[in-house]
Amino acid sequence: MSSQLAATPLHAWHQAHGARMAEFANYEMPIQYSGIVAEHLATRNAIGVFDISHMGRLRFDGPRADQLLDHLLTRRVVDMQTGQVRYSLVCNEEGGILDDVLVSCLESPSGKNYFLLVVNASNRAKIVQWLKPHLADFPDVEFHDVTDATAMIAVQGPKAIEACKPLLPASALTLGYYRAKVTEQMSKPCIVSRTGYTGEDGLELIMKAEDAPRVWENIMMAGREMGVRAVGLGARDTLRLEAGMPLYGHELDESIDPYQAGLGFACNLKDRIFVGKESLEQKSKDQTLPKRVGLVLEGRRAARQGANVLDADSRIVGQVTSGSFSPTLDKPIAMAYLAPEAAVLGMALDIDIRGTKVSASVVPLPFYKKSSQS
Amino acid sequence: MSITPEKLRYLNSHEWAYVADDSSGIATIGISAFAVEELTDLVFMALPKVGQTLKAGSEFGEVESVKAVSPMYSPVSGTVVEIHSALVDKLESLSVDPYSEGWIIKVKMSDPSELAGLLDWEAYKKQCSH
Repeated sequence: MSSQLAATPLHAWHQAHGARMAEFANYEMPIQYSGIVAEHLATRNAIGVFDISHMGRLRFDGPRADQLLDHLLTRRVVDMQTGQVRYSLVCNEEGGILDDVLVSCLESPSGKNYFLLVVNASNRAKIVQWLKPHLADFPDVEFHDVTDATAMIAVQGPKAIEACKPLLPASALTLGYYRAKVTEQMSKPCIVSRTGYTGEDGLELIMKAEDAPRVWENIMMAGREMGVRAVGLGARDTLRLEAGMPLYGHELDESIDPYQAGLGFACNLKDRIFVGKESLEQKSKDQTLPKRVGLVLEGRRAARQGANVLDADSRIVGQVTSGSFSPTLDKPIAMAYLAPEAAVLGMALDIDIRGTKVSASVVPLPFYKKSSQS
Repeated sequence: MSITPEKLRYLNSHEWAYVADDSSGIATIGISAFAVEELTDLVFMALPKVGQTLKAGSEFGEVESVKAVSPMYSPVSGTVVEIHSALVDKLESLSVDPYSEGWIIKVKMSDPSELAGLLDWEAYKKQCSH
């Protein structure tokens, strides 16, 4: 089994630095190095560096690439300016979520615009397969899955930008939030975007696979005095949970629509036609479906995916989709889908944690917001 | 009471049992340093009640880390006579000393011969190195 797993270009570094490796989306990935809490807090207080090379990177070239993507994504693409990044969903005709993605409009060094779609590792094969008939309708769009040829590193935390100073030109360090550009790191090509999955400021870097180990080492070196740590997928999960960000396979799947997930902002229904639009118009008005909420639990025990949420009469009103102990808040938190009558801020509920009822209440998402000073 | 890992008997699932050299028939039970290291970031522990009867190999409680929940299994059969309730509020002490300070429950054994079926330190160490 393990021989069939893919390795990122940084695999050797992880192994050499004591990472606990495990399978994730057919990659052998670092789950943790020193420990989830230490890595989590380093990202909140200083800098966390993440190997996210397993994420799928799909490139679309050609003058009609924007029209193809506009047809496939819930978010409008045709009005995107060079350097813009948008969060979007990919839905099926029924309005169920196939994936959540970041789409970037970039300018290549030769001056041509192209689009980059970053998809979940676990959905990459499905999305590539699903794209095929649509690509056939746009024969002038050139599609390349550049995942294997490239690597992706996230540098996140209040000191992340500072740590990247020795590597990147000033124009990459002053990018606005959800902005991206094709630039260079130490005279090698690199895409830099001011995005992340932690709730902190930071950058995500895409470079050629063979350049990744050097970029990684340089960031680790530059951040040494600032408290940098390599961060595994364990803390990536607790960070995104605190930031109230959904994770495909937990909060999102094909049975969930964007409105239930609280992601209506990522659907532009007006004046456009795209896959799933008709269903989404209906779903945008449906108030009867379960909704995604945040829960804070009493005590120390975390609710995990699948735990039932109960109302005062012990009726099941929903299920937990993600749950963990929150290192920043020092208490257990969870996301859940709850029936509309229970999905009300302040609602007192119980969670059945392996037979024990634990009190919880519905709180606003995100659980954690970075302070504006940092 | 000073308990060192060499004196203990183990389950594959990383629980240890210590039986003092007296006639009390009481086994002190905990989890190994290896288990604590593997779990990391402990946040919660659920303990049984005094008086509860346990079967060897049955679950007597659970320990939860940020990442996951793990059941704890009893190495011996018997009745719980004491629980280390103060441990629940200082789980970090398990990373310092999971043996003397980190004991979890004490069980009056109903069948002390079960101890012979547990791993000794050498066998347990070997298992952990795999």
